[in-house]
Amino acid sequence: MDSIIELIGVDKIYTVGSVETQVLFDINLSFEKGSCTSIIGTSGSGKSTLMHIMGTLDTPTAGSVVIDGQKTDGLDGNALAVLRNQTIGFVFQFHYLLPEFSAMENVLIPSMIKNRKVDRQTLDRADKLFDMMGLSAVKHYLITKMSGGQQQRTAIARALINNPKILLADEPTGNLDSENSDRICSIFRNINQEFGTTFIVVTHDTRVAEHTDRVITIKDGKIESDINRI
Amino acid sequence: MLSLKIALRFLTSNKLQTAFIILGISVAISVQIFVGLLIESLQISLVDSTMGNAPHITITSSRDDITIRRWEQLTAQLDRYNVVKAISASANGNAYAKKGSTIKPVLIRGFDFDSADRIYHISEGLYNGRINKSRNEILMGKDLAQDLELKPGDSVTISAPDGSNTTLKVTGFFDLGISSINKTWVVANRDVAQDMFGYGSRVTSIDITTNNLFYADVIANLFKIMLNDNDIRIENWKQLNQSLLRGLEGQRISSAMIQVVIIISVAIAIASILAITVLQKSRQIGILKAMGIKNRDVALIFLYQGFLLGIVGAIVGVGLALGLLQSFISFTTSDSGVPVVDVYIDYFLIIRSWIIAVLSATIAGLVPARNSLKLNPVDVIREG
Repeated sequence: MDSIIELIGVDKIYTVGSVETQVLFDINLSFEKGSCTSIIGTSGSGKSTLMHIMGTLDTPTAGSVVIDGQKTDGLDGNALAVLRNQTIGFVFQFHYLLPEFSAMENVLIPSMIKNRKVDRQTLDRADKLFDMMGLSAVKHYLITKMSGGQQQRTAIARALINNPKILLADEPTGNLDSENSDRICSIFRNINQEFGTTFIVVTHDTRVAEHTDRVITIKDGKIESDINRI
Repeated sequence: MLSLKIALRFLTSNKLQTAFIILGISVAISVQIFVGLLIESLQISLVDSTMGNAPHITITSSRDDITIRRWEQLTAQLDRYNVVKAISASANGNAYAKKGSTIKPVLIRGFDFDSADRIYHISEGLYNGRINKSRNEILMGKDLAQDLELKPGDSVTISAPDGSNTTLKVTGFFDLGISSINKTWVVANRDVAQDMFGYGSRVTSIDITTNNLFYADVIANLFKIMLNDNDIRIENWKQLNQSLLRGLEGQRISSAMIQVVIIISVAIAIASILAITVLQKSRQIGILKAMGIKNRDVALIFLYQGFLLGIVGAIVGVGLALGLLQSFISFTTSDSGVPVVDVYIDYFLIIRSWIIAVLSATIAGLVPARNSLKLNPVDVIREG
């Protein structure tokens, strides 16, 4: 199968003053279209940095990232913004929804960034996503009026509104209890199967990893193991 | 559209903060407009009281006999220009007025009454008696009449410099509000004055009011070029009222300075408050960037905020200014119902201040807009 994300010889070094800290060492990874992968590691292992680089939110110090056949080094801010908007959906540990807006408005924002306006089709898709997330009853609530689990599911719906090829999740269940956590995991699984979205989750929670087909373990900025479970 | 929507939502989600910014802008704009209108009104009433009953341009003779020869031709020619509002040729001369044993020096002004009245508004100032209609009738200034203890209908003897005496009938008294005029002017029929001073059919001055007081010097220069006559001298009020002009100019500059200082402080206040909102909203901006919003659209959010704050603040400010003016008028109105200052509402000044306020608020939005460009989404996400 084709790969949708490819990391080639990625290094990441943070420089603070004269102190250099290398957090990623020569990472070579490839993710197939429609795959479902977890990257696990302890805190400080470099897994979040890896995800930020895969999502073009951060740039590698050396090496390159190819997303959907497009090399990302050399792209300017606006081109990266378009790439992120149309190809990648993000879910973070914190929901990062805009508290000034309702759940529905938050979900529609990526589509407004993409198309400048919201058409009927997008509204239908938003409704369907809320349905999938079990949020139909609260979709017009302000974010601040929702529970933590509801907020996180709204964030997932937002990540999916532009029908991205890739969904990147960074500790998506980190702030949730086990019940909500399981619910989120099964939603991810459904999305992966229903929309064929390539799903990569970064977590320290092995229970989340159990829902995925491929588990990559990262330790001290290097890949320790890469196990395909199917 | 998205930027505008987000800008609006940011503003409405923190109502108290927004209300305070708008209040701040409004107060500043209202002070700016209030001060501007007040100073302008003061200027207008000052100019009006100084120049309301005076010609803007005066043509006199440069010949030894002080007379203007072809004055009928001249006035007809000048009257054709539409900058000329009123024109009056007069035969003037110094003389003495005698009543009983009292003798007073006077200035005889021999007018065609109707033309002169359009410049000097004598009929408006007439407070006792009636207008002089027939040849031997005259009007007198208030102070002169009091000095000579005259009442309407009395006769008075005028002695010309050559010693000839003419007896004329006083039909009324006027008060033009200027003491030099009230003390010395005798308004007479032009023919009588021409005879009295031996001018023949000539006059000694042509008085003109124009449709724009402040361009009187330009118009006067134009006349000079067009008439090209060495026998006449053309003077405008600006030459004769330098100190008044300097006073007006000083007022204008101080008013402009106050307005500029206010505008700058409004802009700084808006810029700093919006700069703080960039910090307040850095999470939101970071996540919007992660979702692929372009830098330009993020910057627009803050420009729109400045623009919206400016529009609303300036509208409220104009309302406040008009309210302030209204209360100023009612507080300063004397018991007789006459306001101390005739407040003149200059809509151009209000609109100009409004536009400047909106523009400066929008420009103030540039500072936070620039700050927002530096915001890196990964920093926001990493900090959690």
